[in-house]
Amino acid sequence: MSCVEVSQLRVELSGVRADIVDDVSFEIEHGEIVALVGESGSGKSTIGNALLGFARRGARIASGRVEIDGLSVLELGPPALRRARGRTVAYIPQDPSAALNPALRIGRQLEEGLERHNPQLSGAQRGEAIAAGLSEVDLPNGREFLRRYPHQLSGGQQQRIAIAMAFLLRPSVIVLDEPTTGLDVTTQRRVIETVRQLCERHGTSALYVTHDLSVVANLADRILVAYAGRIVETGPIDAVFAEPAHPYTRRLLAALPDVGSRRGLEPIPGRAPAPRARPSGCAFRERCEFAIGACATAPPAPVELPGGRSVRCLRVHELPSSAGLSPAPARAIPAQDTILIVRDLIASYGQHRVLHDVRFALGSHECLALVGESGSGKTTLARSIVGLLSSWQGEIVYAGGPLAPQVRARSSLIRRELQYVFQNPYSSLNPRRTIGDALSLPIEHFFHLRGRARRERIAGALERVSLPAAYADRYPDQLSGGERQRAAIARALVCQPRVLICDEVTSALDVSVQAAIVKLLHELQLEQGLALLFVTHDLALVRSIAQRVIVMHAGRIVETGETDAVLTQPSHEYTHRLLADTPRLVPAPTEPGVPVS
Amino acid sequence: MSISLRPGGRARRSAFGRARGREPDRSRPRSGVGARWILRRIALGVVVVWGCSVLIFFALHALPSDPAQAILGKQATPQALAHLRSFLGLDRPVISQYLSWLGNLLQGHLGRSYATQQPVTVELMPALEDSLCLLAATAAISIPLAILLGALTALRRDGVLDRGSLFVSLLLTAVPEFVIGIVLVIVFATVVWRVLPAVALLPAHADPFSHPRQLALPVLTLVLAVVPYLYRLVRGTMIDVLESEYVTMARLKGLSEWTVVMRHALPNALIPVTQASAIIMSYLLGGIVVVEYVFGYPGIGTLLTQAISSRDIPTIEVVSIVLTAGVVLFNLTADVLTVLLTPKLRTGGQA
Amino acid sequence: MSAGALTVPLRTRARRQPGPLRVAWRRPQTKTGALIALLTIALALLGPLLAPHSATQFVGPPFSPASAGAPLGTDYLGRDVLSVTLDGGRSLLWMAFAATTLGVGVGIALGMIAAYSRNLLDDLIMRLLDVLYAFPYIVLVLLFVSLLGSNQALIVLLVGVGWLPGVARTTRGITLEVITRDFVNAAAIIGIPRRTILVREVLPNLSTPLMVEYALRLTWSVGLISALSFLGFGVQPPASDWGLMINQNRDGLAANPWCVLAPIICIALFAIGTNLIADGISRSVAGIDREILP
Repeated sequence: MSCVEVSQLRVELSGVRADIVDDVSFEIEHGEIVALVGESGSGKSTIGNALLGFARRGARIASGRVEIDGLSVLELGPPALRRARGRTVAYIPQDPSAALNPALRIGRQLEEGLERHNPQLSGAQRGEAIAAGLSEVDLPNGREFLRRYPHQLSGGQQQRIAIAMAFLLRPSVIVLDEPTTGLDVTTQRRVIETVRQLCERHGTSALYVTHDLSVVANLADRILVAYAGRIVETGPIDAVFAEPAHPYTRRLLAALPDVGSRRGLEPIPGRAPAPRARPSGCAFRERCEFAIGACATAPPAPVELPGGRSVRCLRVHELPSSAGLSPAPARAIPAQDTILIVRDLIASYGQHRVLHDVRFALGSHECLALVGESGSGKTTLARSIVGLLSSWQGEIVYAGGPLAPQVRARSSLIRRELQYVFQNPYSSLNPRRTIGDALSLPIEHFFHLRGRARRERIAGALERVSLPAAYADRYPDQLSGGERQRAAIARALVCQPRVLICDEVTSALDVSVQAAIVKLLHELQLEQGLALLFVTHDLALVRSIAQRVIVMHAGRIVETGETDAVLTQPSHEYTHRLLADTPRLVPAPTEPGVPVS
Repeated sequence: MSISLRPGGRARRSAFGRARGREPDRSRPRSGVGARWILRRIALGVVVVWGCSVLIFFALHALPSDPAQAILGKQATPQALAHLRSFLGLDRPVISQYLSWLGNLLQGHLGRSYATQQPVTVELMPALEDSLCLLAATAAISIPLAILLGALTALRRDGVLDRGSLFVSLLLTAVPEFVIGIVLVIVFATVVWRVLPAVALLPAHADPFSHPRQLALPVLTLVLAVVPYLYRLVRGTMIDVLESEYVTMARLKGLSEWTVVMRHALPNALIPVTQASAIIMSYLLGGIVVVEYVFGYPGIGTLLTQAISSRDIPTIEVVSIVLTAGVVLFNLTADVLTVLLTPKLRTGGQA
Repeated sequence: MSAGALTVPLRTRARRQPGPLRVAWRRPQTKTGALIALLTIALALLGPLLAPHSATQFVGPPFSPASAGAPLGTDYLGRDVLSVTLDGGRSLLWMAFAATTLGVGVGIALGMIAAYSRNLLDDLIMRLLDVLYAFPYIVLVLLFVSLLGSNQALIVLLVGVGWLPGVARTTRGITLEVITRDFVNAAAIIGIPRRTILVREVLPNLSTPLMVEYALRLTWSVGLISALSFLGFGVQPPASDWGLMINQNRDGLAANPWCVLAPIICIALFAIGTNLIADGISRSVAGIDREILP
């Protein structure tokens, strides 16, 4: 008997007949770690919550069975369900800073689970259990530490407390809901290591819900791929990554960057259907290159494949093999001049110095990636160049002339040619103005166009970013995250820029949407002869998009060079560490001279 | 007094990059509360009270109205007026009048009432005591009632109690306090029933609490004016807290509903409620002026309106200072309680 | 894949949610509120034309009960209660509107200036307003009115100024939050002057909260001004408004309750009407009720 058996789980939106997830069935063996992977709207978190018999506000578990160690969770009455939660099945939340009560001490929050579920333990025994639990996650277990409040811990420490809390009661299965979101790469690696060790040590099964495939590549034994509320593919993780069967899994992997090799990211056309708008039959058929008429009649039943895999696709046996993705060819750097030079740049916020003697050059037709973790100063650097931060010293030379720190002191030409795209698509467009209005602002300001000429410019810009012209009359809240980011790029394009600075523009987007934006940027770069300064924390993305890369750490540039060279033979120790901590789809081969940490 | 009435606040999702810095709230300590911060706030409060005293003093003395005229009436002869003016010190420059008044104040001499020719303290103390009883009774009833009602309607959202309370609160918050008072008089004292007195005739120097029937309607009026605001705040905060991530987490740990509400939800919800209660109390100091007038209740509100009508400047000044000091005190209490109840502010950020 | 295949298909989502105002309008409480408020305004403006008698005419002995000539009886002077009531709304309402418009208008300006300057000016403005905020406002108003005489313009000014701290604080808070958002940075990058950004980009985000503020302050203005009249510091006899009427006729409550009930109903109706509008607008934006403290 498996540890966890889910059959035909269906969760609906409250009050409406629309389902969030339907016909979900899978098993988790004892001690197995299963990854549940999907993009936003796939229903993966909903499935994870259902294992605890829980549905968020607005959702309702309609039917199905969830059995954990023989206990049928969905049929339990409230008191029995409360007993099962924490003891049989535990939860590790996505955002520990929000999930820990800000008004209670850590010790209290750790203890209350034990009090509730193991009342037979004495106070001293509880103390011992907590001390042991904290050592397991590499946290101090002294009294002083237990008396702290959550806000006195770092993000990584908070997450480890959450892990300790979950394992304290020795549950049979743990549900982890994107537990490494927002953590930097190194902390993320440590958290995953901890989870793996603890699961092994205590024989706990785990369901790891995530959108990040590379994170689970070295952790999970099996993978479940979710799309539009259905599980479309299951199987051992190495096999699925090596040769994905379902068309969606194929496209998903084709859109995924990998730090180990340069990949041309292929986006998926269209967008995932929302719960109320799912098409009949196979939910992926509208975006699938292999779809046929029969796909529209009914949702496909799972087809068993050898090796413990199953796929929901009518045509799975007819599809071509997907094994072995060849790396994309290197992008040639065309002949170019240097358009931007930064020399001895020093920037501070008040007394705190953020950038130390930064210097680099940007060619007029290249894509240069600026990579670093949060706090490295990369965003500060980008903002200094574009004029959002004016308290810097040093020299920035643009197209031969010096750049003034204040935006207002720069000429209209410079302001037009140096453009910026922001990270957060939800705050970079004014929610109370239409897309057309947002694009009109620079058009009026720089080109003084009105009426038809202006409308034509707007339509042209929207077309170049593959948005329909009708979007000019829409408001941002009617667009998806990816569409908003395209609109933001259109707003930058309308100025006819020569340098485009992109500040983590895909960090808030799904993988397939990210691929679309990256492809768009690449095409625009070729078409318009742009220079692209691409700021990111994701080394894998850098591999796919940039010709040259600059690595930053603590306000200094630690390494520069061509992307492939830096990422295969890093010379600086920090770059080594960053590379080692970045998760890969395929484990890095051991090369002589490259230490494996 | 920039107090933000939300507990903790929802943490931003880190997927969007590090959270933006928030505007520094000047009313909160940057490095944990300590004697220094409290002293600074008290000093600020004193400055505010002093500022108001200056404002009132100069307003009263610099504006075109003659207290001597008001006291002696229209028939007074010019000599009598001049004599009174010099007796009261009104012919000296305003600044020197202010300084001597301030000097006297700090020595405990609160001045002599023009109307009664007695020290202001004689009338002030009993009036202050009566008003404080009124406020205390109001607070004792309205704060627990608001918390109870707010918690119940938050736990059973959209139920009968919730919808009924919201409807009634819309009516009560709209209508001015004196209208509430008069309506209560109509209902309980004159037209509908005659069970309670329309005018609160407290014998002089009596303890108000031994005359509950006289207190009933004024207290009821103030309670009805205040509870709708307060309970809606409690309700809003409770809803926020009940939907927070940490309450969800507590439920997912299998804790009993009672533990979840009492240990996790309520303590966090009470922080803004404490702030709001203190603010409501300071708001009431203005409210009692009207309500005491409606019921003829002999408190400082009535004292003030009478003093204003009779141009009794010393009394006006003293009562105004007392009211200002009361407001400042309540606000200070709100700030201090907030800091004490919020661990993050108490310890001042990362260790 | 050709670029054409990347074109995003036209979304089939339902029509855009209408702006908050229209959503608010759909709610029954907003419609009811608007109806009631407008009814009261009409009553106040057209009242004198509909009144059977002049407001100063004596029609019978004081506090006499309802009769054919005086449907609501007579007041403490023997005037027709209905006529006096119909006459008593104009001054109250115009003062309330004027005071609210003044307070909210200047408050918005101050709040935005304070938020955008973020330096000494900000501190200065907010500290001054803090001092004002600290004081039980009705006392201040009473003082000034009693010393300078009860002058309608003065009352409008004083009541309006009383709303400045609250409105400025709300405006400043929202403005501060909005100007940290990236679309404001995007405008700043291309060199749009601050003034234009405030009006073009920031102001539309303020419209709904400020509409709520306006309706709420209007409710409280009516309350404060009628309280002033009630205390005898507003309009002076022989003129009368709803607030003063209530005070003047208190003694005759047992004899003829209508002379107090009629003005009470009028004040209550108007205040409840505007409060319902405020509630309707604020709930159409926020999912959960929020209360704004005075």
